[in-house]
Amino acid sequence: MNFRFKKNNNAPDFWLEYLRLFDKKPQKLSPGIRLIALDTETTGFDYEADRILSIGAVAVTNNAINVSDQLEIYLKQEVFNVDTVEIHGIRKNNDFEKVTEIAALQQFVKYIGNATLIAHHANFDRKMINSALQRHGLGSLKNTFLDTAVLFRNTKHLVYLNDQNKRYSLDELCNDLKISKSDRHTASGDAFITAMAFLKIVARLKKDKKINFEELSRLRTHLE
Amino acid sequence: MKNTIAERIQDFLKQFPPFDSLKREERLSISTQIRVLYVEKGEYIFRQDNPCHDAFYIVREGAIGLYRNFDEEQNLVDVCDVGDLFGLRIMIIKKKYRMSARADEESIVYAIPAKVFEPFIEKNKEVNKFLLGTFAAHARNYYTETEKGQRIDNTISIETAQDLSALRSISYRKKPVTCLPGDIVEEIAKKMTKKKISCIIAVDEHKHPVGIITDRDLRANVVTGKFPVKSHVTEIMVSPVITYAKKLTVAEAQIALIKHDISHLCITKDGTPNSKLIGILSNHDLLVSFGNNPSVLIKETKRVKKPQKLRYIRKQVAQLLTTYLEQDIPTGHILNFISEINDALVIRTVELALKEMPAPPPVTFGFLVLGSQGRREQLLLTDQDNAIVFEDVKEAEYESTQAYFLALANKITKGLHTIGYAYCPAEMMASNPRWCMSLSKWESQFNDWMTTPTEEGTLLSSIFFDFQHIYGNSTMANRLSDVVFEGVNKSNRFLGLLGVSALQKPSPLGFFKQFLVEQNGEHKDTFDIKTRAMMVLIDAARILTLYHNIKGVNNTLRRYEKLAELEPNNAALFESCAKAFRVLIKFRTRQGLLHNDSGRFIKLNTLSKKDKLRLKRCFRPIRDIQEVLRIRFQLKNLM
Repeated sequence: MNFRFKKNNNAPDFWLEYLRLFDKKPQKLSPGIRLIALDTETTGFDYEADRILSIGAVAVTNNAINVSDQLEIYLKQEVFNVDTVEIHGIRKNNDFEKVTEIAALQQFVKYIGNATLIAHHANFDRKMINSALQRHGLGSLKNTFLDTAVLFRNTKHLVYLNDQNKRYSLDELCNDLKISKSDRHTASGDAFITAMAFLKIVARLKKDKKINFEELSRLRTHLE
Repeated sequence: MKNTIAERIQDFLKQFPPFDSLKREERLSISTQIRVLYVEKGEYIFRQDNPCHDAFYIVREGAIGLYRNFDEEQNLVDVCDVGDLFGLRIMIIKKKYRMSARADEESIVYAIPAKVFEPFIEKNKEVNKFLLGTFAAHARNYYTETEKGQRIDNTISIETAQDLSALRSISYRKKPVTCLPGDIVEEIAKKMTKKKISCIIAVDEHKHPVGIITDRDLRANVVTGKFPVKSHVTEIMVSPVITYAKKLTVAEAQIALIKHDISHLCITKDGTPNSKLIGILSNHDLLVSFGNNPSVLIKETKRVKKPQKLRYIRKQVAQLLTTYLEQDIPTGHILNFISEINDALVIRTVELALKEMPAPPPVTFGFLVLGSQGRREQLLLTDQDNAIVFEDVKEAEYESTQAYFLALANKITKGLHTIGYAYCPAEMMASNPRWCMSLSKWESQFNDWMTTPTEEGTLLSSIFFDFQHIYGNSTMANRLSDVVFEGVNKSNRFLGLLGVSALQKPSPLGFFKQFLVEQNGEHKDTFDIKTRAMMVLIDAARILTLYHNIKGVNNTLRRYEKLAELEPNNAALFESCAKAFRVLIKFRTRQGLLHNDSGRFIKLNTLSKKDKLRLKRCFRPIRDIQEVLRIRFQLKNLM
């Protein structure tokens, strides 16, 4: 926990490089900019005790998912939670090429750069990644996030909004937006589904509520 | 790096052409470069006259409509559903789009960058073929444009490309040995012996061919003593000669030799006898250039003594047919070959049956084939449809005369059955007293059909009006065609009724562009290519040729060619009908050869995506030709 205050001084180069990207004002949202949809699979829901098993991410530019611009990393595990293996299907030892946590983080921040990130229940992914960063004496992610759960809530008519705090699961999104659930519960698969959900939500918002892409920023999640 | 998303895309692509002909790794490398697009209903992916994107598209989910705009009007050209490609223009001509692509429902499409895909087009022939085919389908389909004077200039038709390779020109002997009509036969025989040739062409002072003398002629006319050796060439030469232009193809040469029953063709500068002789083409040349030879089969047919042997020949024909289809010989030529052989088989059957009869025919008669064989469109063995017309006799002798021909017809139909032609379930055979009549009875039957049309009448006339005289005295058959045309000219109502029956054929596609299959019966869940697709084209061609009083053209493809000449403003439609018919007939034949049946009922699940696409392409002209009939004969009031 104390590592957080040591930041920057003897942080590795990749991290300093990452931080430098945020010196300038963040890019305004527009269809042409690179957004990254991501998902993390973890051993559990405890930010401190549980670990990231894999990270999947794919870029969205000009309303298209760019399959060539993607990231799929599997992490070596020290902590292993038998309960979640069933969901993710990722065993501690199988034949994926796996990297250490720090190597994964390095690849990840290099990949995302200062792009705006899209995730479903973004706070969870953000916190899991931040915990991992902090374990290595690095600071938190600086990127802004769009949360598909929040965006999706905005597509709903006011009538249904009495339940303001309803938490839409990714499965509910898939059903509502008619997205195929293949590869659900793999980081890459969920990242792809999230990206697809994002595109569909944006189209809906634009049509029903006349919210432009540029205006999405006001729906950016306020993360604590 | 592992790329799960790309792997899933690969799983999708592998189901569809042209990707199915690539290796998994190749598909995977394409998949990693794909962009996934989501399009709302009504949203455009590209618009007509926009510069081409750097990618082409495949539909992952939903449906994309392709549209062409004329002024304000927007015309739907095609609908692409899951697995269909569009926007292929970039792969062929990197210019502006000629069509707009709009989502008819919310859709997901994959954009495949042209750069990524290009190497595969060069490497993989299947891919190349498929892309050109699909591209051409989209571009070509749109014949209405020609009417507006705006032809799509760069359609690349895969069929044309294939035709070109199949239609290789035949090589012929240049600088043939010639003589003058006034030469002495003895001299030219010496000349032929010296030059070791079997034939010599007589030419006039302009080097135009006027006659031909072959070894056979010398033998038959001179050696027999019929003519003295000092005769002049003109006395024994065969004249006029059959001439063709030099760009003769293997296929055409073959047909010419068969048709005229000759062994040599003269090649002249412009193809007529009134131009300079430039070469000669013999049966032998043809044999050399064309291993598999239908004329051999025809010769064999003529020598056969038993119907069982004819069956064997017909089996060889089926093999020949398979080869032709593999070699992609143009359908028109295949039809010609096979019809010639079919005719020869029928003629031989009739001859054999006549020999078996205890007495020669009491009067002259004509043996007619009807329906598909009459139209010379029969590639596979189907039901036999035939009829006999005999000379008018005195009332008292009628019964015995008819009895004779019925007995003959029984032998003929039995013989045909042995060859492999099934008995017609509707008994439309000469062995049925209804279809074995004297000329005047036939005349009144035809008139009856035309003046007091009934449902049965229209059905029957659609079969009987496509008759072809095969054997015997042809004057009666000619008389019958005259009757038909006279009847048609008297009243358009009959044509209208024929038109109605063409319009009442069940349609090939349902509301959602799915194939409509048979709902019950023996052929449940199969697609009836004959009734749902081919019959309309056949009927329409017949009606319109009757309407135009075109005599002697029975073949559907020829009919459309003729119609295109007569109605230039509809030429594009007629051409596309002919094209569709060609594809359909090939389709049916392939299916028939595959399943060893008539090919009429197609099991859809045995078709590849590519084939379904080809098949669907044929349905557009069908719909349009029906529209032409509806308007021309004001059928709305009759239906």
